[in-house]
Amino acid sequence: MLSIKNLHASVEGKEILKGINLEIKAGEVHAIMGPNGSGKSTLSQVLAGNEAFEVTEGEVTLNGENLLELETEERAREGVFLAFQYPVEIPGVSNLQFLRTAVNALRHHRGESEMNAAEFMKLAKEVSRQVDLDPAFLKRGVNQGFSGGEKKRNEIMQALLLQPKLAILDETDSGLDIDALQVVSNGVNALRAKDRAILMVTHYQRLLNHIVPDYVHVLAGGRIVKSGGRELALELEERGYGWLGIKEEETANSSAN
Amino acid sequence: MATTDTEVNELIKREYEYGFVTDIESDTFEPGLNEDVIARLSGIKKEPEWMLEWRLKAYRRWLEMDEPDWAHVGYPKIDYDSISYYSAPKRPEDMPQSLDEVDPELLKTYEKLGIPLHEREKLAGVAVDAVFDSVSVATTFKEPLAKAGVIFCSISEAIQDYPELVKKYLGSVVPAGDNFFAGLNSAVFSDGTFVYVPKGVRCPMELSTYFRINAANTGQFERTLIIAEDSSYVSYLEGCTAPMRDENQLHAAVVELVALDDAQIKYSTVQNWYPGDENGKGGIFNFVTKRGACIGKNSKISWTQVETGSAVTWKYPSCVLRGDNSVGEFYSVALTNNYQQADTGTKMIHLGKNTSSTIISKGISAGKSSNAYRGLVKFGPGAEGARNFTQCDSLLIGDRCGAHTFPYIESKNKSAIVEHEATTSKVSDEQMFLCRQRGIDPEQAVSMIVNGFCKEVFKELPMEFAVEAGKLLEVSLEGSVG
Repeated sequence: MLSIKNLHASVEGKEILKGINLEIKAGEVHAIMGPNGSGKSTLSQVLAGNEAFEVTEGEVTLNGENLLELETEERAREGVFLAFQYPVEIPGVSNLQFLRTAVNALRHHRGESEMNAAEFMKLAKEVSRQVDLDPAFLKRGVNQGFSGGEKKRNEIMQALLLQPKLAILDETDSGLDIDALQVVSNGVNALRAKDRAILMVTHYQRLLNHIVPDYVHVLAGGRIVKSGGRELALELEERGYGWLGIKEEETANSSAN
Repeated sequence: MATTDTEVNELIKREYEYGFVTDIESDTFEPGLNEDVIARLSGIKKEPEWMLEWRLKAYRRWLEMDEPDWAHVGYPKIDYDSISYYSAPKRPEDMPQSLDEVDPELLKTYEKLGIPLHEREKLAGVAVDAVFDSVSVATTFKEPLAKAGVIFCSISEAIQDYPELVKKYLGSVVPAGDNFFAGLNSAVFSDGTFVYVPKGVRCPMELSTYFRINAANTGQFERTLIIAEDSSYVSYLEGCTAPMRDENQLHAAVVELVALDDAQIKYSTVQNWYPGDENGKGGIFNFVTKRGACIGKNSKISWTQVETGSAVTWKYPSCVLRGDNSVGEFYSVALTNNYQQADTGTKMIHLGKNTSSTIISKGISAGKSSNAYRGLVKFGPGAEGARNFTQCDSLLIGDRCGAHTFPYIESKNKSAIVEHEATTSKVSDEQMFLCRQRGIDPEQAVSMIVNGFCKEVFKELPMEFAVEAGKLLEVSLEGSVG
């Protein structure tokens, strides 16, 4: 489904991704791990089309379509979804209005009729319960005054609403206590489907106890240095990144975060 | 993320859709201003002697006044002798007695603007006074209003038919000597709207005036006077548009509101004068004095304005809170784009005991525009227990525009309480990325973010117009993101 070949990307002239190769098939869950500064978040942002990053080389296709030629919103309409690590606030715009606009943008793209306010309200309430969010929060401003945990649950709720083909989850577990982690994980597991690929970027192994990946990749210095199954994550937890030849200071940085 | 800024800037480009000119025969004065011009104007309007005297007195005073230069705007010097001070569609000597007698070209103009002058049409429930260049061409729903005792007519008619009311209140809130533009208006005002709501009457419908400048090289100087007697209520809305022209045109209006004991006036403006083109050529100079006097106890005056048009705006709708427990409110959205400049805000003058005022100002700057909030909150020695709350937020779109805040606070009473909050924010790249990542069009995203920013003000507008205002912002912002 998703095919990344020799992807290079830089920000402000500095190369961050130095030749990523990755294939994800429909129905698979892949985890990307690695120390801070390894390029994990950059990879998510580049796939979603953040224009702050410049792709200098390589190709990315989703079901054979060249993603790199598409604008951010076009990628979203083709089914690319990014759950943000730090979701931004939009004051005065209600969650409900924001979500309905997004859902209708996608429906419009698929040639379906728009959902009216009442229909959408019903759907949104159902989905918000799935991630244990009080439906009252739908009336609040987008991410306005949300706790860290609420923001993350809100992101997963959006994925459930928008039903993407490729869901990229950027550090969805960071800043969550154990109960919230469980709720978010349940949400992500509900996303797992035969026709959907999931790419999880995470720093910690613990998320993978709840969402068991099919493959684990270690990213360091802008390249995938090691790939394996579920057991690779456990090994990393036990031995750290050092044994893969990743610099100590990077490891030190990563544990500080 | 420079790319997104560029996109945002491109979104803001969009053509003005009311820029057409109505091809209609007009009687227009030769440019120039002197006592003869004023006498001729007054003569055409068959004004009584006292009115002409009033105008001439204002004119003589004006000659000695200086044009204000303290606002945060810059524009070429206006040559007041190059302006024509009167232009009216040609037609039979007398004013039309009914809509059927109104020139069909004029009716078409208002239809194009989406303002139905036929009373049966969709805005039913809103009475309209239409002012075209220097004259009022039609006022709807006069009869049902008259049944309720409400007078709703052009100011020219009021001078003829209700001279005592006009004499008593005209200039009582904004005297001719108040400021340069008010002085000019007092000398040459041509038409405008007059509203009188008698004691205890709740005006049965929204009243509104649509101002249209059509003729070239003319100024529009309208005068509006609204009087709400004890325990009455009225809600009034004005809208304005003008053709696209390369020359700047002057619009110098005066609005006076008078609220007596327990009376309430709600005054809303959707200002969409031609803003000039994307290089800053042309556009209306909107130099307006609007002031309300809460004379009576427990009275309330509420200004809501959505300002999206004009090349230069100089406007401070204010409240003089004289009656004890009276309330003043100012809710404002001012959007500037391309080379537009706005210096707008309010004055809340607290004189009575326990008077209170609220100021919510939302400034949005895009393109290369400049947007300033200027507000005065003043407490007189008698303003025991008075309080004000001010919130002043600026939103920047792109990185070539400016936002400025000039708050002034003067207090002569120690018990007065003032709160002032101010914020400046940007439509951030992160917000845009979030919206676009969810599949939302960049244009729709900017419009949604800006509308969210203005929500507190829009909810103060009458229902029908809140939607209109949201759409207007959308249109004004279109082209600011590619």
